[in-house]
Amino acid sequence: MTSSVPTTPESVRKQAAEAAALRRKRARNVTTRWRRRTLLGLYLVFVMLPIYWLLNLSFQTNSEILGSFSFWPQNFTVANYARIFTDANWYMGYVNSLAYVLMNMLISISVALPAAYAFSRFRFIGDKHLFFWLLTNLMAPPAVFLLPYFQLYYSVGLFDTHIAVALAHCLFNIPLAIWILEGFMSSVPKEVDETAYIDGYSFPRFFVTIFLPMIRSGIGVTLFFLFMFSWVELLLSRTLTATNAQPIASIMTRTSTASGIDWGTLAAAGVLTIIPGIVVVYFVRNHIAKGFALGRT
Amino acid sequence: MNKVYNNRAWFLILPMLMLVAFSAIIPLMTVVNYSVQDVFDANTRFFTGTEWFEVMLNDPALQAALLRQFAFSFTILAIEVPLGIGIALLMPKRGWQASAVLILITLPLLIPWNVVGSIWQLFTRGDIGLMGVGIRELGYAYNITRNPADAWATIILMDVWHWTPLIALLCYSGLRSIPDAYYQAARIDRASKWAVFRYIQLPKLTNVLVIGVLLRFMHSFMIYAEPFVLTGGGPGSSTTFLSQSLTTMAIGQQDLGPSAAFSLIYFLIILLVCWVFYTAIMNSQKDNTTQGGA
Repeated sequence: MTSSVPTTPESVRKQAAEAAALRRKRARNVTTRWRRRTLLGLYLVFVMLPIYWLLNLSFQTNSEILGSFSFWPQNFTVANYARIFTDANWYMGYVNSLAYVLMNMLISISVALPAAYAFSRFRFIGDKHLFFWLLTNLMAPPAVFLLPYFQLYYSVGLFDTHIAVALAHCLFNIPLAIWILEGFMSSVPKEVDETAYIDGYSFPRFFVTIFLPMIRSGIGVTLFFLFMFSWVELLLSRTLTATNAQPIASIMTRTSTASGIDWGTLAAAGVLTIIPGIVVVYFVRNHIAKGFALGRT
Repeated sequence: MNKVYNNRAWFLILPMLMLVAFSAIIPLMTVVNYSVQDVFDANTRFFTGTEWFEVMLNDPALQAALLRQFAFSFTILAIEVPLGIGIALLMPKRGWQASAVLILITLPLLIPWNVVGSIWQLFTRGDIGLMGVGIRELGYAYNITRNPADAWATIILMDVWHWTPLIALLCYSGLRSIPDAYYQAARIDRASKWAVFRYIQLPKLTNVLVIGVLLRFMHSFMIYAEPFVLTGGGPGSSTTFLSQSLTTMAIGQQDLGPSAAFSLIYFLIILLVCWVFYTAIMNSQKDNTTQGGA
């Protein structure tokens, strides 16, 4: 008994040793916790430093950027942002980007939902081959499709429209959406479907009123991924647009390759491209841990 | 789950199939078409058979780009996968810190790829960049536009910055799905930290790591915008990867036949490597489960 009053010399020694071991263990736990925090903190600093630098430069004038090196803006200015928000060439880039990203999300999710349901619930002729073929589209380098896309969309009169970019991004976004949704749908037991049919639900009514609400976190995560991959893509969106539907990313590359680069505006434009991402990730922050495993943990 | 055999499921697939066919099959057939022809203008073209493929396969510039591509992809995988697992193990499990860390770590994934290039350009320039100036202050003549080794190191660092979060978040979600009972059992057995990692956490991570490694390999093999903005493929052609060679050839020089043949070879390499990865990992997983059962 450790709680009783020690009577023999051995038990005194034993108890003291146990108490010391416990103290050591607690101390070790505290050290491990601090070591973990420090390591994670270091990584977060590594993640944030380049972004901080972008933010820092975006609040400086060009002469300050090139003239003096400072860790924070000496003469704080929002002129770079003002230029972007007042020049239609700049801010229309954001509007264009958001327009085709939203179109793409809408198209992709609406055709991917029934398809993913078919893959998760039925066997049919060619299902495995079809699924693998879809995944190969996910692997297709956009550079391979540049020229044919340009010619295809030019010949059907869609060149330089938002819908052209939205359709082009379907190439990798639809397979991705099906892949993620299929994982989430397969975790819903089949008995749910069967009970609903016995209760007299038709397929469309069951799908919309019962099934979709059950996988809504999966749909949220899918939309997050669709947004992400459409928002960050440059090659296709740049090739398929000229002036009317030009995305912000493409406007930025043109500025950065010109001689005499406008560093301040470039930094401000970069900061503004990060903001939609922060908004989206804030909405899905609670589902992201599960969703990143594509519903397959 | 036992699925029902029902060919009416094709009706559910049909809308998707029409869209993907429009954006995948038609363009791919155009590429195949160009790859076996020599096109002069809209009306003059000759059938060349496999000639373009032979030319492309023997082109030293493309072979060099391919080798660089493989070196790049395997380097970043070797760094990002262990680092991502490590970060996932360090991340807090609950509370506001968990949300905050998640959002911060996800940030690099949501930045447009060319902006990632711009960020690192601003960060590493010798005159205005924090890292560029910092390294120079330490006494090393860091210059990514002159020195190929610096350019390589910077591109790899940039990719690690950009994509380690994906692996970390995948692993984090894998770790979250492990029930507490496993850890309690391990504590009763006085299992060491390494044993907990090796026999409880790592097996649970295999699934998500397959997804992670495949996605990372695919995307690193298609990398275009980040090095294009950061180094422009230089100095010389030391950081020119496959996508950039292809884009220069197809859009810049308008060499339809050769670039189409190159496209097909490129696509097939990605398919092949992904298939090898996928079956290798799946087989090793199968071996593990049978050993565990025996």
